[in-house]
Amino acid sequence: MKKLIVAASCALAMAAGTVQAKDWKEIRLAFDVPYEPFEYRDENGELTGFEVELAEAMCEELKAECEFVIQAWDGMIPGLLARKYDAIFSSMSITEERAERVLFSEPYYITPGGWFARDGFSADVTSKEEMEGKVIGVQRGTTMDNYVTEEFGGIATIKRYTTAEDMVLDLEGQRLDVVFVDYPVGEQTILSQEGFKEVGKPVKLGQGVAVAMRKRDTDLANKVNAALKKLKNDGTYDAIMQKYFNYDIKI
Amino acid sequence: MPDFIAQWLDQNEIFTAMTIMEYWNGLVNTVQLVFLSLVIGLVFAIPLAILRTSKNPLVSGPVWLYTYLFRGTPLLIQLYIIYYGIAQIPGIQETFWWEIFREPFYPALLAFALNTCAYTTEIIRGAIVSTPAGEIEAAKAYGMNWWLRMRRIVLPSAARRAVQAYSNEVIFMLHSSAIASVVTIVDLTGAARNIYSRFYAPFDAFIFVALLYMALTFILVFAFRKLENHLLRHQRPVGS
Repeated sequence: MKKLIVAASCALAMAAGTVQAKDWKEIRLAFDVPYEPFEYRDENGELTGFEVELAEAMCEELKAECEFVIQAWDGMIPGLLARKYDAIFSSMSITEERAERVLFSEPYYITPGGWFARDGFSADVTSKEEMEGKVIGVQRGTTMDNYVTEEFGGIATIKRYTTAEDMVLDLEGQRLDVVFVDYPVGEQTILSQEGFKEVGKPVKLGQGVAVAMRKRDTDLANKVNAALKKLKNDGTYDAIMQKYFNYDIKI
Repeated sequence: MPDFIAQWLDQNEIFTAMTIMEYWNGLVNTVQLVFLSLVIGLVFAIPLAILRTSKNPLVSGPVWLYTYLFRGTPLLIQLYIIYYGIAQIPGIQETFWWEIFREPFYPALLAFALNTCAYTTEIIRGAIVSTPAGEIEAAKAYGMNWWLRMRRIVLPSAARRAVQAYSNEVIFMLHSSAIASVVTIVDLTGAARNIYSRFYAPFDAFIFVALLYMALTFILVFAFRKLENHLLRHQRPVGS
């Protein structure tokens, strides 16, 4: 009798094992909506955006049925760990803290930092001599902050802001000579106004944005990485990127 | 030094010479800002409090309006209005005022001084109003004129009654100064926020700065106790 129970439980365990080892024909992906132009709803209420289209292309590549789940940002990682979905496809930057809890794919995009100033600004933002004594605004604790602190700490005056709005106000009010900010933010809030311009070239910073998965799902990560690599190489990625951006975010 | 503290200091990556210097600069900024705004506030509060006690509404009314406005709105809002408002005045950038208001220090000093002055005015007014009528009658009987009476009787007696409430105002002002960091001043809180965001270590950065604020508060409490003892020495039992 005892043997029978052991054999039965072994069989059960094996059956359970085969159920758990997914073949990933169905993948649930989480997005935080809206985050234009990465994921948002168009006029018809359809989910669209750069990451949505990239995710659709990836699922096609994997020949998988993808279900899109809407999840607010602050519950993103807990929801993944609670198995509400299998992967986060929602502009999650790779950081060491997050990498302790989730498994990141290879990065699939990186937004550069951009230099923006009022029309009269003429210094070269890559030259330490020309930036001497200038007042630079950054958002505190961002990759832009680290970059400027490393490049121009002690040379220029660096002012750190909590929100981008406050920083843009001080650029308008001439308290700042130039700001170094997430490129999409600068494009929307600064370049959309009269009297401002972009100076220098956008600088790619940090480790980029990647798909986040549960740590145990290494098989899924391998598939995702292979699919993303294919999309980056065969031109699909570039086609989607050019639809939404007029600058390069590829990594 | 106990071993565990030495060990912790060896292992920590946060409290290096550079971050200690940042905290030190923050401390200097906080002390400057709070001290100057308190001095300016007090200097203007004494005459304003006397005007506020005037029976003529044309004299006391404007002072009442000023204290009402500045006590009726949060200091953070006042700071935002002054700091960002000044930069929005058309053409200000071409005048010499911009040399002063371009840096965040002076807008913050202005906001803090106006705010603490409003509170101090009301504290002193309360103390003046509660001067015992007998003291004033006695002064009048001696033939003192208004000025002499104010200088010799009313204000010294009011100071004794105001000092305890004023010591609270000073401590509140020290703590309120933490909001200076929202207009890019690197005060104690600003330094802590910079260090927190650089090392992702909220506890280390903020607990350290909290200890610094506590040390400053302790110095203030100690100084005010000495001052109270001095002002109220006539109330102590004889021979003590």
